[in-house]
Amino acid sequence: MSETSDIPGQRTETIVIEAREAQRDRRTGRVQRIGDHLKREWQLYVMLLPTIIWLVIFLYKPMYGLQIAFKDYSLFRGVAGSAWIGLEHFDTLFNNDQFLRALRNTVIISFYGLIFGFPVPIILAVMFNEVLHQKFKKTAQTIVYLPHFISSVIIAGIVITAFSPSAGIVNTMLGWFGMDPVYFLTKPEWFRPIFVGTGIWQEAGFQSIVYLAAIAGISPTLYESAVVDGASRWQMIWKITLPSILPTIIIMLIIRIGNMLEVSFEMIILLYQPATYETADVVNTFIYRQGIQGGQYDLAAAAGLFNAVVAFALVMTANTISKRYSRTSLW
Amino acid sequence: MANMNLYSRGDRLFVIVNMALIGLFTISTLYPFIYIASLSLSTGFEARAGNVVLTPVGFTLEAYKQVLSEPEFWTSYRNTFIYTIGGTLMSLLFIIPGAYALSRPQLYGRRFWNLMVAFTMWFNAGLIPFFLNMRDLGLLDSYFGIIIGFAVNGFNIILLRNFFEAIPQSFEEAARMDGANEFQVLWKVYIPLSKPAIATVALFCIVARWNGFFWAMVLLQDKDKIPLQVYLRQVIVALSDDEEFANTLMSSAYSFETVSAAIIVCSIIPILIIYPFLQKYFSKGILLGGVKE
Repeated sequence: MSETSDIPGQRTETIVIEAREAQRDRRTGRVQRIGDHLKREWQLYVMLLPTIIWLVIFLYKPMYGLQIAFKDYSLFRGVAGSAWIGLEHFDTLFNNDQFLRALRNTVIISFYGLIFGFPVPIILAVMFNEVLHQKFKKTAQTIVYLPHFISSVIIAGIVITAFSPSAGIVNTMLGWFGMDPVYFLTKPEWFRPIFVGTGIWQEAGFQSIVYLAAIAGISPTLYESAVVDGASRWQMIWKITLPSILPTIIIMLIIRIGNMLEVSFEMIILLYQPATYETADVVNTFIYRQGIQGGQYDLAAAAGLFNAVVAFALVMTANTISKRYSRTSLW
Repeated sequence: MANMNLYSRGDRLFVIVNMALIGLFTISTLYPFIYIASLSLSTGFEARAGNVVLTPVGFTLEAYKQVLSEPEFWTSYRNTFIYTIGGTLMSLLFIIPGAYALSRPQLYGRRFWNLMVAFTMWFNAGLIPFFLNMRDLGLLDSYFGIIIGFAVNGFNIILLRNFFEAIPQSFEEAARMDGANEFQVLWKVYIPLSKPAIATVALFCIVARWNGFFWAMVLLQDKDKIPLQVYLRQVIVALSDDEEFANTLMSSAYSFETVSAAIIVCSIIPILIIYPFLQKYFSKGILLGGVKE
């Protein structure tokens, strides 16, 4: 110990020099290695390059363009040349009744979608699992997956036709019970039920696939021993099936909450009209009207940025929670 | 699975009620399609009167004659084919090599590139900056703009990358011994082994393209370039508010409702044709590799 502390300066110096040389070696070594690597593997980068360039041009460049949310955007000056105005657009938005209404509607519509829409695919999957007649099951599945693949324009067309006041089947049926026809799509109080109901009708079947996959992973021995113990089908659902797919349910729930702001606004654009804006207008439809139709690009971009940041925070939180959950649930 | 005889009486009742409920849900899924099909085959008069419930009333093909004699219908139909085929091929051209490169362990900065792809799934600039960017690139009102502007999708890349990663290295050893380069390994080893995954991605692209409407509506003003979905919207959604126009479409043979229904049927048919493939690959391919019965 005393020997080493005799000549501390010298020692440190040698160490520093050695370290520097090693670093230089490492550096030239690294350059060399990268060079060799590229010479050997250039083809991989040729394959990767188009995708990366595409991402930069079509997705990352618009992120740079998001700065117009803080600018007085002028078509002639362009994104970079327009003058900064700070948070003025956000100030405008949060004093704008229409924006606040859109924000409220987004949350309410997602919430309805969650409450009414989330359980349906789970119930469907459990029910499908209980069907013994394979042909019946296959046919039913084939049919309930179908609407997922149909475009929102067609779905909207079907909804508009079915709910039409003159010829629509819904009003025809109401007529059977002696009720007066209702022009549903102009009634603000009917918009959310129709929208959420359409969403469930279109997606519940397809969403059940995830749960069916989870159910398929349950060990058959659990059911076999339950049968030996004399359990009924009903008991097996509650004691085996549902607890076994609970992790999947929770992960799907978290993902769903993470995507809260992702209301399918395409469908809303197709179904809403000024008479129903009150309950139907969501943030993205607001952005569409103000920005693309109204030309207020900067204000609309600010609304979009707000939406994207909140959505990002929600998704990240959801991801973190789901990761933690799926890890702890692995035992 | 289990034998019916093993079931108690309560269970048998349960099974029957369960089947009935599923049957009900299935019928309610199917019914709107049947209703639309029947409407399209009914006379305008009966449709207007609300007499069509399940089967066509006063069977006629007038509505179809009306739709099929409209040049705009055929133009938009052709455009949809152009966007669907062109867009899907373009997507595969980007996604397959990109996903392959991202799946290689020796790729330098692999974590960074992967993150760059994944980040686009969590955060996007939103409608306005994307629209302004397309405009600045001169891609408004352009076939090429629609085809290239939506070519890459982070989800599809990651899906295919995961599939490539799961292929054991041993498969490519023989090709490597023969001195194959990366392109050859991808072409001769990985692509043949990944047919189900590639088919799945291709089908995702086809469905998204066929059904895509919002951006086509926003980016295309030229009537000669709009796809079927935009044409559909113009006819069904926009004009349903316009009673006056709707009335001009009225005659005893066909009405606004039957014509709308006929257009809907015409645009669903291609999806129905590829539906068996969709089902096969969506369940066989990725949908988590686990949709067993």
